[in-house]
Amino acid sequence: MAPATSPPAETGSAVLGRRGAAAFVAPALVLIAVFLVFPALWTLYLGVTDYRLTGVAAARPRFVGAENYTGVLGDGEFHHSLWLTLQFVGGSAIAGQTVLGFALAWVLRDRAGPVKRLVEGLVLLAWILPGSVIAFLWIALLDRDAGTLNALLGTPGTAWLLDHPLACVIVFNVWRGTAFSMMLYGAALGNVPPSHLETARLAGATTWQTLRDAVFPRIRGHVLTSLLLVSLWTFNDFTPFLITAGGPDHRSEILAVYVYRTALGDGRLGFGAAISLVMILVNLVIALGYLRALRERRPA
Amino acid sequence: MDHSGRRTIAAAAALALAGTALAGCSGGGSPGDPDRGAKARNYTLTIARNAIEGGKNTGEAEWITETVIPRFVAAQKAKGITAKVVFQGSGVDDEPYKTKLSLDLKSRSGADIMDIDGIWVGEFAQAGYLRPLADVAGPRADAWDGWAQIPKAVQGLATFQGKRYGIPAGTDGRVLYYNKRLFARAGLPANWQPNSWDDLRTAGRALKKVPGVTPIQLDAGTAMGEATSMQGVLPLLAGAGAEIYANGKWTGGGAAFKQVLALYSAIYREGLGDPRLQQEAKGRDKSFAEFAAGKIGILAEGDYFWRDVINPKTGVAKMPSRDQDVGYALIPAIAPGKGIRGQSHVSMSGGAVTVLNPSTKHPQQAFELLAFMNSPEMHKARTAGTPEITSRDDVNREILKGDPLLSFIAGKVLPLTAYRPGIALYPQVSAALQEATAAVVSGKSPDEAAAQYTKKLEGIVGGAGNVATG
Repeated sequence: MAPATSPPAETGSAVLGRRGAAAFVAPALVLIAVFLVFPALWTLYLGVTDYRLTGVAAARPRFVGAENYTGVLGDGEFHHSLWLTLQFVGGSAIAGQTVLGFALAWVLRDRAGPVKRLVEGLVLLAWILPGSVIAFLWIALLDRDAGTLNALLGTPGTAWLLDHPLACVIVFNVWRGTAFSMMLYGAALGNVPPSHLETARLAGATTWQTLRDAVFPRIRGHVLTSLLLVSLWTFNDFTPFLITAGGPDHRSEILAVYVYRTALGDGRLGFGAAISLVMILVNLVIALGYLRALRERRPA
Repeated sequence: MDHSGRRTIAAAAALALAGTALAGCSGGGSPGDPDRGAKARNYTLTIARNAIEGGKNTGEAEWITETVIPRFVAAQKAKGITAKVVFQGSGVDDEPYKTKLSLDLKSRSGADIMDIDGIWVGEFAQAGYLRPLADVAGPRADAWDGWAQIPKAVQGLATFQGKRYGIPAGTDGRVLYYNKRLFARAGLPANWQPNSWDDLRTAGRALKKVPGVTPIQLDAGTAMGEATSMQGVLPLLAGAGAEIYANGKWTGGGAAFKQVLALYSAIYREGLGDPRLQQEAKGRDKSFAEFAAGKIGILAEGDYFWRDVINPKTGVAKMPSRDQDVGYALIPAIAPGKGIRGQSHVSMSGGAVTVLNPSTKHPQQAFELLAFMNSPEMHKARTAGTPEITSRDDVNREILKGDPLLSFIAGKVLPLTAYRPGIALYPQVSAALQEATAAVVSGKSPDEAAAQYTKKLEGIVGGAGNVATG
């Protein structure tokens, strides 16, 4: 018999009963089934057909077994695209947005007044503007003939988007997405007791030592959550398409763009579905890795 | 511990799925009654076209909104019927426009009347997205009096397996445009007509000496999309004596294709063309702007370029001095008599087809509007500002007299022209052609690129048995 003082999580199920609990959970489960499980199973099904956007196979798709999946895994273009995507996530989400976002939050943590508001305003502006508008601005910035960047640097004719397409979309994505990390870390740093920082200062700790020993242990959960979200968003991000269209010669064709090109551009919906499923699995691995790391912080 | 592990996996799965699920739904069509909604006194129809006022094909868009719709609505009103016609314009590249229409038709929605490239008719019909006109609109479709004015070859644009799927609006042809002012500075004749690829290269080398000028723009690479095939590879292939699809086989990386790639290589590796322009996402638009600004010597394009791009009044890259400064010449074969059918000059043609959406709620009214759009009066109104080759002989006889380029195309180019195969695999083959040119432009040897192309082609068309590499 449960004593009256036991934690609420355990009394909850006893009070509601199994049926009551099921009734409460049912709406959420239905939503998950309709919007997540069904599309995933459908993707799995499409992946074993030669389904196409047009032509005979659009009306009567044939079962082709694992052909698409083996095709994807053995496809040089897929390997290339996966590698680009990992560079894109590593460069823009992890190294770029997270580090820059944290640095901004750290520098601005106990500042007030117009400077802070201005910096935050500018960073946020990059985040809230519509992607299509921003893409146009970036094309204008990086254009070979009349680009703003070339005018500023005095390097007319430098084709940034052609010579360094991946670097361009990485810088673009850092610029675009830093706001989220900055805000999250800004809030997280508020959780670090000022007395800890003060103690560290009095003990003569360097900034790095303060961060490592006083700050990070406190905000570890925030860091991992932010990394998880930002990595998954970036992994599936399509916005770079608006700037480089995956080109030139597929050199900035990250997976989201690759799926779009094969499924809708070439009309190979079955093959595109197979790529999507592989992407889901990669996402799963990323998510699992982070969630495991997140769990380790709990006392054993 | 176990529980939290499972929860972790479930949470990870949910996050992952939220990111990537690619949803779809099944297609197919049900045979509708052609007379459904025929008696409606009050109806709405939508017209979709890759044209938009103030942008791409602005003339077409204005024709629909300012002439077709008001006059059609007025004619219906005179009969006591309230018709509302909405124009759904787009101003994008052909590939995304095609994707949009495919998705619309797949989900049995979308505009009642839509304009498609003639090359898409076959694959849309095979997918069940389009149905023969006579099935959608009933017997009146075949009884339409306009058919008598449209030549069989042009009707072929809208025909698949012997059935008409729509009404073709017109056709086109491809030529080499050149800037006479730059030609004069390079010491080339104002009245230029190359008779071999060597002539083309010679002119390119002369133009290269004029500072700040890109001698030749021959569309290449994947960013240019179908333009690379239509304005580049396919006419050149025809000039080397091969068609992309002949006698049930696709043309692989054999001698003719290697010759085509060798010309690309000669142009882009010798500095006769701008290789970067072929790679840029907006390279084709930029090439138009550069030609209009007098920075490109020779450019291969269809008559669309003359009508809608460098048109001094309505073009997207207006060239005020077009009529004085721009010349045009037939595209030469590799050497005289070496083109397809033993020709010395070649071209490729296509054309738009206006089709009915089989899911329309008002097939009779939609056909009435379709026929109205293709009446002689409407064709004349459409081409009044910028003449073009319509599908109707009776209209062409009147309107082409005034335009030298179009008379040239109708008289000299169309007899030499060829059409693309209306087969669903074609777009993928076309993409492989584009990739082969991209490889050459970025430095691969023609032999290497041709071998890669053959391999890719065999994968697309189901084995070496369907590929001719002679």
